[in-house]
This record gives sequence, C-alpha cells and structure tokens, in this order.
Amino acid sequence: MVIKGKALILGDDINTDLIIPARFLTTTSPEELGKNLFADSVINFSQKIEKGDIIVAGKNFGCGSSREHAPLAIKGAGISCVVALSFARIFFRNAINIGLPIIESKDAKEIKEGDDLEIDLQEGKVKNLTQNKIYTIQPFPEFLEELINQGGLMNWIKNLLLRS
Amino acid sequence: MGLTITEKVLLSHTRDKEIYAGKFILADVDLALGNDITAPLAIKEFEKIGINKVFNRNKIALIPDHFTPAKDLASARQAKILANFAKKYRIIHYYEVGRMGIEHALLPELGLIKPGDLIIGADSHTCTYGALGAFATGVGSTDLAGVMAIGKVWLRVPESIKFIYYGKLNKWLTGKDIILYTIGDIGVDGALYKAMEFTGEVIRNLDMDGRFTICNMAIEAGGKSGIIEPDSFTLEYIREHQSTKVSVHQRDLKSDKDAKYTEIREYDVKNWKEPAVACPDLPSNIKPVSELKNIKIHQVVVGSCTNGRISDLRISAKILKGKKVHPEVRMIVIPATQNIYLQAVKEGLVEIFVKAGAVFSTPSCGPCLGGHLGILDKGERCISTTNRNFKGRMGHPESEVYLASPLVATASAIKGRIAHPEEVF
Repeated sequence: MVIKGKALILGDDINTDLIIPARFLTTTSPEELGKNLFADSVINFSQKIEKGDIIVAGKNFGCGSSREHAPLAIKGAGISCVVALSFARIFFRNAINIGLPIIESKDAKEIKEGDDLEIDLQEGKVKNLTQNKIYTIQPFPEFLEELINQGGLMNWIKNLLLRS
Repeated sequence: MGLTITEKVLLSHTRDKEIYAGKFILADVDLALGNDITAPLAIKEFEKIGINKVFNRNKIALIPDHFTPAKDLASARQAKILANFAKKYRIIHYYEVGRMGIEHALLPELGLIKPGDLIIGADSHTCTYGALGAFATGVGSTDLAGVMAIGKVWLRVPESIKFIYYGKLNKWLTGKDIILYTIGDIGVDGALYKAMEFTGEVIRNLDMDGRFTICNMAIEAGGKSGIIEPDSFTLEYIREHQSTKVSVHQRDLKSDKDAKYTEIREYDVKNWKEPAVACPDLPSNIKPVSELKNIKIHQVVVGSCTNGRISDLRISAKILKGKKVHPEVRMIVIPATQNIYLQAVKEGLVEIFVKAGAVFSTPSCGPCLGGHLGILDKGERCISTTNRNFKGRMGHPESEVYLASPLVATASAIKGRIAHPEEVF
C-alpha cells in the first residue's frame, strides 16, 4: 500500500486527551469523533486537514488513556498515517487493531510542516518529495504484519475461529 | 537464565515452553474488564464478527464508572449498551450504579484479583492490579472485544525495570509521592513498553492502598504494567476480600535472583524531604510542595482509582477535622466504591467532610477525566489526587491540574493555595 499526503507536524508526548477530549467520548462513530480531533488544542484542526494528510509527531505519541476513540478520531478525520519517533503502547496496539497505519521512525524529526510524503509500507520507505529524501523504516514484527495483513484484530480472530 | 515475576505470570498463561522479552505470545486471560466509555466500542466490534457467545461469562467485568450516574443522554445510552450486553450474555460481574465503584478499586475489593493472574482491561489504569502480584495491563476496546470472544490476548513480553526503594519514608510522604518522584525521575516515557517491578524495604512496609496507588500510575511513565511481589500484606488483603485460598504457587511468586532487567534503579527515599506535586501539564513535572506555596487554587479533588480508597479518605478527614475548606475553594471528595462510601459513613468521615464544607459524592471517575462532578472553567486551578494533569484534562484547555497525595490536597483545600500538610496539622 502506498500512502500519499502532506505532513502535519505535532510535538512530543501528544496525549489522548489532546487528541480527543473526554467529553466527546459519548459516541463510537469515527466520523463524529473525527470532527473533534484536537478540539481543544489546535484551532479548527479538523477543518485544516485535507483527506490523506499525514501526522508527523515526536516521542511517545498517544500517551495517556486507553481510549480507542483517539486512533478512530484520527482515522475518521481522514488522516492516512501517523509517523512518530515513538508511540505509547496502548495507542500502538489500538492503531494496529483498527487498521490505522503507523510508522515509528527516527527520521520523523527531519520532516517539516507541509512536506509532501509518499509512504510505501511494503517496501518500508518514506519518500519526502519536498526535501527529496528517502527514509527507511523498520518492518513490523512478523505477528503484527499478520494482524495488519488480515485487516486488524477482529478479522484475525474471525479467521482463527473459522480455522478451529 | 532466571525469570522475572512478569515473565513467570505470562509463561503460566501460555502453552509455550519458554519465554523471553520481545517474544509475541497469545495468552489466556483470567479477567477482562471494560467501562462505559470503552466497552460500548468493544461490544460493537464483538458483534461485528457475528459470534453469539462470550468466552466465559464469569471472567468479564463491565463497570459503568466514568460518566455515571449518567451525566447526559449520550452517556445514558452508553451505559445502557453495557447493561443490555450484560443481560444478553448473563455477565456475572456487571455492577450497576448503587453497587458499583471505580473499576480498579472495585475489582480487588470484590476479591476478583489474585497473585499470578493475567488481567486485561480496556482502561489504561488496569495496571493497578499489579499491586496484588498480577500481570495487569490496559488495552483498547478492540482488544477487549477479542478477549470477550476467545479469552486470549496477544502480548509482546515486556522487558522489566526494577525499582528498589531504601530507607525510611518521611512522615508526610505516601505511595503517591513515591510514584510521583519516580515518574519525575524517569519521565512520561521512561518505562515505555516495559514492566515496572517495585521492590525494596519501603515497598515491603507500605500498606496495600499505597501499593495500589504506585502500580496505578505505572502507565504515567509509559509502563505496560507495574508489579509488586506478593508478601504477607498481599495475603492478608486476599484473606480479607476472598473466600478462595491462595495456592503455594501464587504465594511464593517471585522474580528469580538471576532474572534479567534492562535497568535497575535505586532510590534512597530519605532524599525526598517533602511531598511531591506534579505541575501542569505532565505527571513528570515534579516539584517539592514548598516551592509551590504561592499557587492559589479553586478546586480540590480527593478520589479516583489512584487515591479514592478508605485510607486516603481517613487521612484527608484527619487533616480536615475541626477545620474549614477555604472560602474560595470547592473541595470534592469521591469514595472509590460503595463499600468505601459506607465505611466512611460508619467511621464518621462523611460528617467531617460535610461540616468542613466539602462535597461527598457518589463513586465515579467524574472529574478526573473532565467528565462531570467538578469541571474546571477557563483559568481555574485544581489540586487533585488523580493521575493525569494533561492540558484541559479536567475541563477548559486553559485550566490547570496539579497532582498530589490526599495529605497535600487536603492541606491545600484549607489554605486556599498549595500547602504542605505540616502547615495545618
């Protein structure tokens, strides 16, 4: 899968309360949640983004609460992928489980606001078209690749149940 | 090579012959829990794959504790999804308002957690149960859906960091101060993906409520879990709360002497001369209380899965007895469970709070996550015994939350500014 989009830069330790404040957690609809992505921290964030944009963040992205509404809101708002120096572990699991592409890369800090990125998940490469650079990304462990390839956790479980 | 307590617990929940950090395992789950925010999404995912039974109706706990008693129509709808699901699948551990409590205080109190158990919760503070020698970790809703379906969860076996605490704890310091100073030392991602094993004489001398507080905040350092080896305090707690006996295997659960740690951090606690306060906007932004004495506050919260247990209420009431909450401050006290509520009534604590001018609420997560029962307006400041002080966590994005022990929070309620408990004792 090749993902193309414009980089939106965020900082370190972006927590799930910032991503989607708790008062919006009374729905499970990704589209509804997406309207309130970063509601309190970035003015008009959801209007600012274009479908396919890529969030590029610092360390520990998605720290804090376990709310799966955070990756759902990101997905629902039309973000195609999150690239970060590192991810908080529950956010990492949630993203994998719901099929939001995420990439851990130490090169994330080289990317600037508005850079055009082209990400090839199979090849493991991030092309920064604006800066004319290519960053290599580490492949996921085998088990996670299997989850991703089967379309997330529930599909994986469905297949597991079908086999047994 | 020996194993850590975490590796031992995980190994005993697989059919694998060996275990090591970094290995992916599919582990059997002893108890899976969700609340009124996370479970509706889990139920939606569960129903999507078209199965019609849960793996074990005795091993799922559904607790409406976050926006309950329902704060508005949308939360009422969420809570109803839990109630309906619990009824449909005859879930044993569903606790309605009036019988419920904050999940991480309630489940140990009900005797549902034993040393050596593997607990998965769709709530980040699930790590609390490590205080009883269980492996417990927070996950998202889809993970909970998966466990409800097959009783198993995928896990990457975490590396462990050992935290050893020596010396005698200053009389004004509590479990909360130990964990705040630790997070301040290692940062909010200092234990990312890792198990935090707490040990040393200070932990051995700490009561169970203090241990719950410490393990509860492992997530605030990025930890996958927090764990404390079971000892006589653990067994006494289990005896008080459970009818089943602890097996020899559970009682003797310990890390091997040659177990592998990525890091061992040692603290001489006598270096911590004052209670700790986490300043906005991160739990790692720690300062000793006396540096903050000019910070005026508008609200105080004593409660939550971190510090809403009976010993927290007792110490708060002890400080408050015969005194008044500062005229410009709202103090909100929230017992974590119905049992704690009742105990507080019996011991006369509620009378002390009410006479002092504080609110005594029904159990709820409420204000901790900016849900209800104490939302902050623009420019307002709260000192709270809860676990997170992220920007806007308790309400308006321009409000502020300081995290501290019940001692510091209560002293601050009296003074109207952040205060050392010795100022009011």
